[in-house]
Amino acid sequence: MSFTVPAKLEAEIDELISHYPQKRSASLMLLHAVQEHFGYISHDATEWIAKKLELQPINIYELVTFYPMFRQEPAGRHQIKVCRTLSCALGGSHKLHDHFCTKLGLDAHKHGLQTTPDGKFSVEFVECLAACGTAPVMMCNDDFHEGVTSQKADEILGGCK
Amino acid sequence: MSTPATTDIKPAPAAPPPIEKIKIKVDGREIEVPKMMPDWQGKPQPTTMLQACQLAAQEVPHYCYHPKLPIAGNCRMCLVEFGTPAMGPDRKPVLNEDGSSKIAKSVLPYEPGTPRGAIACATPISPGMEIYPNSPATKQMREAVLESLLINHPLDCPICDQAGECKLQEYSVEHGQSQSHFVEAKVHKPKAVDLGPRIVLDDERCILCTRCIRFTKDIAGDDALGIVNRGSYSTIAAWKEGAFDNNYTLNTVDLCPVGALTSKDFRFQMRVWFMKETKSLCTSCGTGCNVIVGSREEKVYRYEPRQNDAVNSTWMCDSGRLNYKWINRDDRLKDVVVRGQKSTWAAALKEISEKLAKAASGSVAVLASARQTNEELYLLSKLAKKLGAVTDSVPRVGEGDKLLVSADKNSNTNGAKLTGIASAEMGSNLKKIADGIRSGAIKTLVVFGEDVTKHGIGADLLAKLETIIVSDILPNATTATAHILLPGCAHAEKRGSFTNVKGRVQKFMKAVEPKGDARSEWEVLHELVHNVTGQNGFSSIEGLFNQMAKEVPAFAGLEWAKLGDTGVTVPI
Repeated sequence: MSFTVPAKLEAEIDELISHYPQKRSASLMLLHAVQEHFGYISHDATEWIAKKLELQPINIYELVTFYPMFRQEPAGRHQIKVCRTLSCALGGSHKLHDHFCTKLGLDAHKHGLQTTPDGKFSVEFVECLAACGTAPVMMCNDDFHEGVTSQKADEILGGCK
Repeated sequence: MSTPATTDIKPAPAAPPPIEKIKIKVDGREIEVPKMMPDWQGKPQPTTMLQACQLAAQEVPHYCYHPKLPIAGNCRMCLVEFGTPAMGPDRKPVLNEDGSSKIAKSVLPYEPGTPRGAIACATPISPGMEIYPNSPATKQMREAVLESLLINHPLDCPICDQAGECKLQEYSVEHGQSQSHFVEAKVHKPKAVDLGPRIVLDDERCILCTRCIRFTKDIAGDDALGIVNRGSYSTIAAWKEGAFDNNYTLNTVDLCPVGALTSKDFRFQMRVWFMKETKSLCTSCGTGCNVIVGSREEKVYRYEPRQNDAVNSTWMCDSGRLNYKWINRDDRLKDVVVRGQKSTWAAALKEISEKLAKAASGSVAVLASARQTNEELYLLSKLAKKLGAVTDSVPRVGEGDKLLVSADKNSNTNGAKLTGIASAEMGSNLKKIADGIRSGAIKTLVVFGEDVTKHGIGADLLAKLETIIVSDILPNATTATAHILLPGCAHAEKRGSFTNVKGRVQKFMKAVEPKGDARSEWEVLHELVHNVTGQNGFSSIEGLFNQMAKEVPAFAGLEWAKLGDTGVTVPI
């Protein structure tokens, strides 16, 4: 297996596993840790996690495919997450999503996460980001933006180096 | 698996504690059912509504529920309307005017006018409960569930292998609607997925009952399958294509209530409604799994496991299931051959009878396979006794597993031992026979169903013999040297019984006609025994079995008819 986990991450993972009476219970925490480190969860990573937790790879793969927040492919350097739950949908999130896609040359009608060919940006819809009063809201990486207009969106894109 | 029932006399067991019963009403009829019933592992658990309905002879349609698998409760097909005795504020039952308990039907909490069903497979019964498996509300729930299950189903029954034994088809006819309301586009999922070396998966037909997942995890012990993706896109999958490969995978094809999992071996070979089903046994090892042989026009198409909780529950291994093709082989022995010339049974039997009747005591050796039936081995041992013959069988040891596969690859080792054909340590007489032939003491060798050249009696020794009489099914080095060659029957072509490794005597029925001139060995042996010993025997398998039961101490008290479909255990 070409997949190697740095000692620091592995120590962190071992610590995570120790929080639970059953190893299996740590599955989601491990997936988060691995995705945070590598940016996505590869096939090899799934097998590695399964082995770590004494499970079959299919048990982990079920989770990876179930949760939309887990990626099996690398995303862009800047991840744009547009909320599309009710308040934001009414507040113009589809228009905002459209705006990003057009600006970045992506197909707004395609399902799921989309990445620009240069790997700089990813755009995707997500569910509620918990700021319904200031719809539409979005996140760019870990930064939260409220009441995002087209103009503000362009500023956010411009701010990404 | 539960303990096998035995017929031998045991000290009277202590009286079992009285079974606690509950009175309930199913479809308006009062019935008493046990409070606890065995779950999938045989452990007592509170009786479910589904079990109670079965006891009341009311069928509750279901997909995901299987008596030998853990309960999942995900298909929702077994939803039924029910009610429980109403309680007053004083926690006392509210009574009707006639003194009977008032029943509070289960309803939606926010909409008391609408009945609310419960899944019968996972809801325990309680005293006074009423179950309405045929009420309009129940029917409506079933219709709705079926409609939802069929939303994304491709409705490709004409090209589906499951057609004819498909629960989706059956329930749609019985409980479904004739027309779909669905006008949107169906979700498309992977087709013809190569799940494993013996299994093909069509994800569009799948209703996600998870029977296959539960079977392979909890019964076969190989956690190989899971559901990936989510919602309408949920899909059964293995980690890698072709990775579903344990020795029990084909059971998931039987378990699959729809046409999602199909057997690579059987698919597109035969429509199930054309096949004749015959109760039989698997002969690949000493376990003796009960099977149903599917055949049409004298050709065997498949084996399927048949339930016998004392032997194989409802499962069988893949290797045993697929080990039927030799029955249909073209090179089967079909002719009676005497010294290289095609002959007739009458002529061959006359010659054998005369030879054996004249043979000096001790000049004959009998080698019978421990894959022959009890009856055949019994007749052979009778013959051998008369001739003062040395007898034995060939042991066959292979690899076993924890579930069903036995390390003993003979289907009737215990039969050979109990009828006295095999020596106490099976195979130990082989050397004695070889030495006898070498010294010239043994002049005639009778072989049934074994290739002796592979077991220490080589061509050089066979050449020394005056007469070699061989009965077999397929050609081998021994049949090639036979002076008199008798074509025998596969077990699917005759009736008889085997005694499995645990001493279970089980019978099997005839599925197809023998090939060519082949005759059941027991019929042939019956004639030979009559001619050589002068004793009359029985020319029916029932009579023969009952006679054997009287003469072989281990089978004392058995009767053909009493063996039933699942057999009887004898002490071994």
